[in-house]
Amino acid sequence: MSILINKNSRVMTQGITGKTGQFHTKMGKEYANGKNCYVAGVTPKKGGQTYEGIPIFETVREAKEKTGANVSVIYVPPPYAAAAIDEAVEAGLGLVICITEGIPVRDMVRTHHKMLGKKTLLVGPNCPGVITPDEVKIGIMPGHIHKRGPVGVVSRSGTLTYEAVGQLMEVGLGQSSCVGIGGDPVNGLKHIDVLKMFNDDPQTEAVVMVGEIGGTNEEEAARWVKAHMKKPVVGFIAGVTAPPGKRMGHAGAIISGGKGTAEEKLAVMEECGIKTTKNPAEMGKLLKSVLK
Amino acid sequence: MKIHEYQAKEILRKYGVVTPRGFPCFSVDEAVEAAKKLGGKVWVVKAQIHAGGRGKGGGVKLAKSLDEVKQHAGQILGMQLKTHQTGPGGQKVRRLLIEEGADIKKELYLGMVVDRSSQRVALMASSEGGMDIEEVAAKTPEKIHKVIVKDPFKGLADKDAEDIARKIGVLHDSVPQARDLLKALYKAFDDTDASLAEINPLILTGDGRVVALDAKMNFDDNALFRHPEIVALRDLDEEDPAEVEASKYDLNYIQLDGNIGCLVNGAGLAMATMDIIKLYGGSPANFLDVGGGASTEKVTEAFKIMLKNPRLKAILVNIFGGIMKCDVIAQGVVAAAREVKLGVPLVVRLEGTNVDLGKKILAESGLPIISGNNMADAAQKVVAAAKGR
Repeated sequence: MSILINKNSRVMTQGITGKTGQFHTKMGKEYANGKNCYVAGVTPKKGGQTYEGIPIFETVREAKEKTGANVSVIYVPPPYAAAAIDEAVEAGLGLVICITEGIPVRDMVRTHHKMLGKKTLLVGPNCPGVITPDEVKIGIMPGHIHKRGPVGVVSRSGTLTYEAVGQLMEVGLGQSSCVGIGGDPVNGLKHIDVLKMFNDDPQTEAVVMVGEIGGTNEEEAARWVKAHMKKPVVGFIAGVTAPPGKRMGHAGAIISGGKGTAEEKLAVMEECGIKTTKNPAEMGKLLKSVLK
Repeated sequence: MKIHEYQAKEILRKYGVVTPRGFPCFSVDEAVEAAKKLGGKVWVVKAQIHAGGRGKGGGVKLAKSLDEVKQHAGQILGMQLKTHQTGPGGQKVRRLLIEEGADIKKELYLGMVVDRSSQRVALMASSEGGMDIEEVAAKTPEKIHKVIVKDPFKGLADKDAEDIARKIGVLHDSVPQARDLLKALYKAFDDTDASLAEINPLILTGDGRVVALDAKMNFDDNALFRHPEIVALRDLDEEDPAEVEASKYDLNYIQLDGNIGCLVNGAGLAMATMDIIKLYGGSPANFLDVGGGASTEKVTEAFKIMLKNPRLKAILVNIFGGIMKCDVIAQGVVAAAREVKLGVPLVVRLEGTNVDLGKKILAESGLPIISGNNMADAAQKVVAAAKGR
């Protein structure tokens, strides 16, 4: 088992004719079961063409109807990316993974509103995507650093997730699924949503939760863990040294009005029974120490 | 992106927010002329810098004659204005706003932000205007009222606007005015892709008017592509020169107080790198995310920007190559180190795609590059190097 995606997922790439969309569709197709998983691409006005043998359609709805795709990954440029999410939601896809970085917050607030009451789950935007090792990779993470195993990973950051995975591999631990929820202030799945899924997933035995400054998502997740989580969770929060009021790369990584500091998050996580480390080089070791 | 008070007021006025009349000025003569044009007997001379707390720092003065306007303008223009937001060095004042005086009966607070817990725009308001709102939030949180704009397509509802106006002490006859002002504030916020709008204080005047005495607006950098009119308001004098330089090369750079330069791919890993340097007893000189597609040119520019910092004692390059291959980054580091004539120790940690090839390129370059085996090892080595060990 795994969460969100597996070898039976059928994926369409929105923005498949752009450079980024092409590159990562190719990489995804070459990874594990990717050849069977990547079934469609969508680019308006390019319907009827193919890329790497993958048929391209004008609309998400058409791609879904003709190929049975149930997951979409979005590499559409920022000015049009929110509309691409809207289209996938309207077409009733089960899961949308939006990689695009730099979508205006105003657009995402509207998209978030339109998604109320819809069944579609959104991962991202501004995220590395999701991987279920040795089954399917949907996103921009390097596939070869992963291996199938018992640890779930959820993170707001891309390369810091790879760092966590690299450390897990060093201590001999593979992953069930790795989910990058993204660094934007208005987004889809939060830490808490992904933790709930890991809790219900029989393959997952423990979870690494990587957070960063800004907002209160990690605190909300920690409180849920205390009340409901049946599996050990360890955590790291990036940005202990970040100055207040400055946006640290990610649009959502900012301490504003004295809120959203790393210390605050770490304190709540510890209170809720999540073992944390202030050393980003020790995430793997820490996870190993809690695994029975 | 931030703008000046007078620019924020110009935007808000277009949406119907009432503000005092006033003119921006760049010299003492202009300030006196502005006061003459405004007429009346009382004027306010306000320093225009991007930081808050200007009044306490001596950057806002009341003038009761044209001579006083001249005197205050002369004092404030060119001063290094220090506030709790400028840092110890202060910020040089290059622009003034000369405004007509106002008859203040009551001072209120309004703020608008994107609220992360509701994922919507939120309006915050308080009867405690003119003060540091963070202090009010800490000491008397019950005095801050919040309303969420639930439906972004409909905007701020009349009833919500009226309710919150009453809660912060707007008197009955002035409530319709306050409602219209709040709705205008939301419209301005939404239309311009603002990330923050603050009116502190919003005042009630003796004759029952509701006026924005101050104004602050910040904008979503990701939306600037559709707002050339906002981009035109950017004042580079107010920004850190190193950060301005970095933004030209699409580098995410933030200057800090320490002496160890950091060059990292990815925002989260870049923050974690600063954290681990601190953990091992060092102090980061900057945050720098070179992003996913760092070319040799980008890496070279990043080195140049870091090396301009006179405090710099060592540099740590920390790369987890995913899509960005380690050999490409290694070539960039070698080329950059050669071009800029590196005068400080350089520690490089590479991991991920093509890591062996990357390490080989560094080793064969003949440059005195210290190799870090992992993140902890690299951090310890760079901290030692910065301390001259």
